[in-house]
Amino acid sequence: MKILDILFRYCVAFAVLLMLWQIGAWTLGPYLLPSPIDVLDAWLHALLNPVMKGHILSSSFRVVSAMMLAWIVAFPLGILLGYRRRIDRYISPMVFLTYPLPKIVLLPVFLTLFGLGDLSKILIIALTTGYQILVVTRDGIRQLDARYLDAFRTLGGSPCQLVRHVLIPAALPNAMTALKVSSGTAVAVLFMAESFATQTGLGFLIMDAWGRGDQLEMFCGILSMSLLGLLIYEICHIAERVLCRWKRLENRR
Amino acid sequence: MNRNDERLEVTALGKRFGNRDILSDLSFGLDAGSSLSVIGPSGCGKSTLLSMIAGLTCSTCGQILLPPDWKTAFILQDYGLFPWKNVRDNLALPLELSGKGRSERFRAVSDMLRELGMQGLEMRFPVQLSGGQRQRVAIGRALISRPDLLLMDEPFAALDAITREHLQNLLLAVWQRRRMSFILVTHNVAEAVFLGRFIMVMGGSPATRKLWIDNPCFGDASCRDSDAYFSVMRKVHDALELAESSVSVKDRA
Repeated sequence: MKILDILFRYCVAFAVLLMLWQIGAWTLGPYLLPSPIDVLDAWLHALLNPVMKGHILSSSFRVVSAMMLAWIVAFPLGILLGYRRRIDRYISPMVFLTYPLPKIVLLPVFLTLFGLGDLSKILIIALTTGYQILVVTRDGIRQLDARYLDAFRTLGGSPCQLVRHVLIPAALPNAMTALKVSSGTAVAVLFMAESFATQTGLGFLIMDAWGRGDQLEMFCGILSMSLLGLLIYEICHIAERVLCRWKRLENRR
Repeated sequence: MNRNDERLEVTALGKRFGNRDILSDLSFGLDAGSSLSVIGPSGCGKSTLLSMIAGLTCSTCGQILLPPDWKTAFILQDYGLFPWKNVRDNLALPLELSGKGRSERFRAVSDMLRELGMQGLEMRFPVQLSGGQRQRVAIGRALISRPDLLLMDEPFAALDAITREHLQNLLLAVWQRRRMSFILVTHNVAEAVFLGRFIMVMGGSPATRKLWIDNPCFGDASCRDSDAYFSVMRKVHDALELAESSVSVKDRA
């Protein structure tokens, strides 16, 4: 019943968005804003096209591997900084001085240092998302109630077991939320990174189509990129629900 | 060594926080399979005593001698259950930390659930349990590794009167089956008398042992209505009152 209810509300929201888009298309005309039906039709055809598939695949590869890289580095580092105050004292000033810096401005530097291939793009996306995961994970561990650490000490586990049974599960809800929220930023940075000095990816497709005045193809790119963002967000959301079920039960009270 | 010869021996124990002595010259012994209730005014160092016996806090002077093969378990004031683990995983944690295999853990947890009267609740998270149920799980988690000495810091303080009585009965029944030693720190005179083979009243500043009672009522679940029970309660109560007044007179001076 609940799932049907959610599905229904999402369908309504989707229909409203399409309707607004259609109204916009009628108002602005097909040269400025093609109608959703035309775009959907062109998009479904484009999906069969190997060139389009290539763009989608390389964008997906870049953003997914960047987010994985960010997680692998930032989550353990956040736990370490949150738990080991002494290390945190020296590292966190560095983190907080560089945190507000818009990482995307480093794109030219990264292109110079790491080349025009996937590596520079993956690194710039990973840097942007990694910071958010790092800061939130660290704060989550710092706010961890000391009684859980006491309780664990009374049970006499090793430091490795502490990480596995206390620190990781305690940090997970915050870190998963950060990962989910940063997925939007990740796709935005992906778009920026793909608009320069590359021939592949949805960002390139969108800017290239825009340059040629091909509105339909541009909107196919925009639609693909939006769906990519949505898909990553939903995957993170589902993973969060499964891994942090206890947190959801706590919030419901 | 015969197990009955084994005992906990605390000699001339003292604890200083900063430049303030909390505990001084505290000595007592506890035989294997016996129980001790520790009662005293708030802040007199009862919890610190437990935490020193558990090895979580160092003493400033004196010594605590435990037989080397004794395992201790600690039940904290606020249960200390991990909110991210369900009842089964919370109960199994001490066994997992000591490297017990999956099937052994499963068997031990199932037995413990039966002993606690908590069958059917094993998949629940702590947040889905009542206070009494949570404390049952905490007791189970402390008992599952079959400790020789169980340390309890006001384990029933947050419970309503009826639940408190049920859990006192449960603890007594468990003791009658397992005959582990236990030390219970409490604020509640009736609880101290019901669960202590010996009762130690602490007081003074710095706190030390004020009264040691050999309690004849201990071990009888139906003693709550007996005259002997009331007379021990009276004794403890008077000693406690004296201890409280001695603290406040000294503080005022």
